[in-house]
Amino acid sequence: MESDILRIENFYAGFGNSTILKNINFSVVENKITSIMGPSGCGKTTLIRCINRLHEFSPGATFSGKILLRGEDIYSINPISVRRKIGMVFQRPNPFPNMSIYDNVISGYILNGIHLSREEKERVVTTSLKKAGLWEEVKDSLHRRGTFLSGGQQQRLCIARALAMNPDILLLDEPTSSLDPKSTLLIEQLMEELKQTITTLIVTHNISQAARISDYVAFLYLGELIEFGPSNKIFTNPENKKTEEYLTGKFG
Amino acid sequence: MDNKNISKRIFKDRIFTVCVTFLAFIACLPLLGILFLIIKNGASSINLGFFIHLPKPVGEEGGGIANAIVGTFIVVGIAFLIATPISLLTGIFLSENRKSRFSEMVRVSIDILSGIPSIVIGIIAYLWVVKPMKGFSALSGGIALAMIMLPVVIKSAEETLKLIPYSLREASFALGVPYYRTVLKVILPTGFSGIITGVLIAVARIAGETAPLLFTAFGNPFMNFNITKPVNALPLLVFNYATSPYEQWHKIAWGAAFILIIIVFVVNILARMISKKWKVTF
Amino acid sequence: MALKKTSKKQEIKKVFSKDPGPWNFYSRAGNKYFLMDWIFKKILFISGVSIFFLVLMIFIFLVLNSMPSIKEFGFRFFLSKSWDPVFEKFGALPFIAGTIFTSFLALLISLPFSLSISLYLGEFSKSGFFSGFLKNSIELLAGVPSVVYGFFGMFVLIPIVRYLEIKFNIEPYGVGIFTSSIILSIMIIPFSASLGREVIELIPQDIKEAGYSLGSTRYEVIKRIVLPYAKSGITAGILMALGRAIGETMAVTMVIGNSNVMPKGLFSPANTMASLIANEFTEAVSRIHLSSLIEIGLVLFIISAVFSIMGKIFIHKFSITENG
Ligand SMILES: Nc1ncnc2c1ncn2[C@@H]1O[C@H](COP(=O)(O)OP(=O)(O)OP(=O)(O)O)[C@@H](O)[C@H]1O
Ligand SMILES: [Mg+2]
Repeated sequence: MESDILRIENFYAGFGNSTILKNINFSVVENKITSIMGPSGCGKTTLIRCINRLHEFSPGATFSGKILLRGEDIYSINPISVRRKIGMVFQRPNPFPNMSIYDNVISGYILNGIHLSREEKERVVTTSLKKAGLWEEVKDSLHRRGTFLSGGQQQRLCIARALAMNPDILLLDEPTSSLDPKSTLLIEQLMEELKQTITTLIVTHNISQAARISDYVAFLYLGELIEFGPSNKIFTNPENKKTEEYLTGKFG
Repeated sequence: MDNKNISKRIFKDRIFTVCVTFLAFIACLPLLGILFLIIKNGASSINLGFFIHLPKPVGEEGGGIANAIVGTFIVVGIAFLIATPISLLTGIFLSENRKSRFSEMVRVSIDILSGIPSIVIGIIAYLWVVKPMKGFSALSGGIALAMIMLPVVIKSAEETLKLIPYSLREASFALGVPYYRTVLKVILPTGFSGIITGVLIAVARIAGETAPLLFTAFGNPFMNFNITKPVNALPLLVFNYATSPYEQWHKIAWGAAFILIIIVFVVNILARMISKKWKVTF
Repeated sequence: MALKKTSKKQEIKKVFSKDPGPWNFYSRAGNKYFLMDWIFKKILFISGVSIFFLVLMIFIFLVLNSMPSIKEFGFRFFLSKSWDPVFEKFGALPFIAGTIFTSFLALLISLPFSLSISLYLGEFSKSGFFSGFLKNSIELLAGVPSVVYGFFGMFVLIPIVRYLEIKFNIEPYGVGIFTSSIILSIMIIPFSASLGREVIELIPQDIKEAGYSLGSTRYEVIKRIVLPYAKSGITAGILMALGRAIGETMAVTMVIGNSNVMPKGLFSPANTMASLIANEFTEAVSRIHLSSLIEIGLVLFIISAVFSIMGKIFIHKFSITENG
């Protein structure tokens, strides 16, 4: 039986006087991949940043509405625990340059001052790197700086870093847009495997990527949710004309 | 085109190039002269006793500058301890609040502070510390030097921290790290080498300052570890001995200048090495 | 689905107030981090405030402690030529004159050299043996403590100047305005050269290339493009260098001769404002004497503050033109 892990209800968000997201309503199903698509500037990044409350760091950020994580409004609990439950991977890989690969993986614990025993550290590092498909490549150089890795490896390191915190949901903002096709493929495979244990919400510009990996698709246009549904339906038989135009490459 | 005009232009260019190169070269000569003199006169007056003995009265052979070396370390150490924390916090403040009105006011204050002649800083330390404490002291000298150190370290800290990409702090926020921990554990360590470099450059600069010590640390012919009492310092000693009429004291002044220059250069080189070696790439 | 424009704005609430305040942190679901962040931000702010107040207090203390002298002498302080601790008559004109002469002369002497170095490093050759040598030299020169420059001046420059003075039949003091200016110019060259180099390197390459592509020689590009373009940057550099020269104390004290009368010429002994303070501050016994010296310090403070602010304005102007 499929159950919703995240519900977005009547959600608005903006900067200063401009409203970027307008009346967003949809649900994210547990242990599935949901992609958010839409032309550039339609508010995809804004939406995903609202989901782990990074939005509020932008100057003049505003919002209204609800985002419910397992029935609890994330804007009524404290942002720190929201962010620990909802992991995020950014468009450009951003490992901490002053930390080793090992420390980067457990950086969520280190930076939050959460003490782990030696065995726990080893376990978290090994399992996270394995989940992120990076273990084989870096197991001999765990104590080198994370910034020595290639772009694709760095991005997987960032995924491992997010996974190490055992999040309920993983948010990915165009994680492959700065990577080469091979690294992109690796990350797509990785997401398929992760699906067993984690809910993924991914922003992507790449229509074929969305078609390959996602179970659900949300299509945003000018800050509004135009269409939401199972991906096979959206890709084969979209209800809205705008969606069809976008998918057939008429704009965006 | 008339060739004559072109060759005239090229000739002018040549002359110009030669002049610029020549003038640039001439400007380096004083450095060579200073280094040569100091090494020639300074190295000869240095021996082990120079480092461990106290100055002797005029007429007696030998004697060292141990008190001045210790004194310099004391006043510079006090300045370092006072200036570094404030500078770091202010540097963080400025790099975190780049555009606010108030930060701009703080920046102007820093520019003014860094432009104040060091002798005026000496007057201030006299008014603030020496007068209330009713006596010259190492502490007042350290405070004067701290005021000179502040703008240097703040500026370099701000510049270093500004260059750290926003994506790093977002990565930290996204892991649920609170703001204060993000700044202290991500931003600050990432900028560490740049900050250390700035601190070292500032230390090298204040180690050679004389004017602000004239009526604060004041000088002292004896060894002193008490920070509420006057101490000697290398630049003070160079000044007092160089301007004295005694040949023998001039020799000691050369030796002290030699040591002073070596300290300043070593710290500078250390700073450059650190900024190169520990450079964090993003 | 779309709402009307007017209701849209009302719909959005500003929830992220800039500073929630510590009293608010319980309402934020008992998050102790709000308190920590709040405290941390306040600490940062306070350190910024403390710098501002430091400068303000410096100014206020200088003014307060100059009051006796300001009250006693008023504006005559700047016009009177006599500085007489015995009769407690204090006028700063000789030192103002000494400061102006030495620093402007130093600037004049240093300008061709520092401009040459900045052009060489910024425009002629950025790498190579000589530029490496030049770069390291000016960095080392910038690091030499001023008391060492003074020492060098005493034992090298003074004899040379004295020799020249004998040769040209001038009173052979050796010390004086001329000697001080030379030492000062050596001291400000590294400072203004590295400023100048930064300014020249900031000039966009394409502007210079436009000149070269029209067949101009390097001299012409420098004269017609680089220098006019860098004008406000160079002005800023000159101001800052002048500020340095005006405030420089030790090296000047050691070679200027410390004479408290009006300087009569280029080679006569004199005193600058800064070197006067260095000489007399610890010996000043009377209140009015000390206060007069502090007033001179106040003047130095004001000059340097004005120069810093003006330099900043020119640099700002320069970086605006440079950005477009
Ligand atoms: N910090 C900010 N302040 C003000 N406006 C912003 C800010 N960040 C984004 N915007 C605006 O919000 C709108 C949506 O931006 P967003 O980054 O969410 O788009 P996006 O769909 O992710 O685009 P892309 O596909 O190019 O990444 C844009 O019009 C942008 O100009
Ligand atoms: Mg985006």
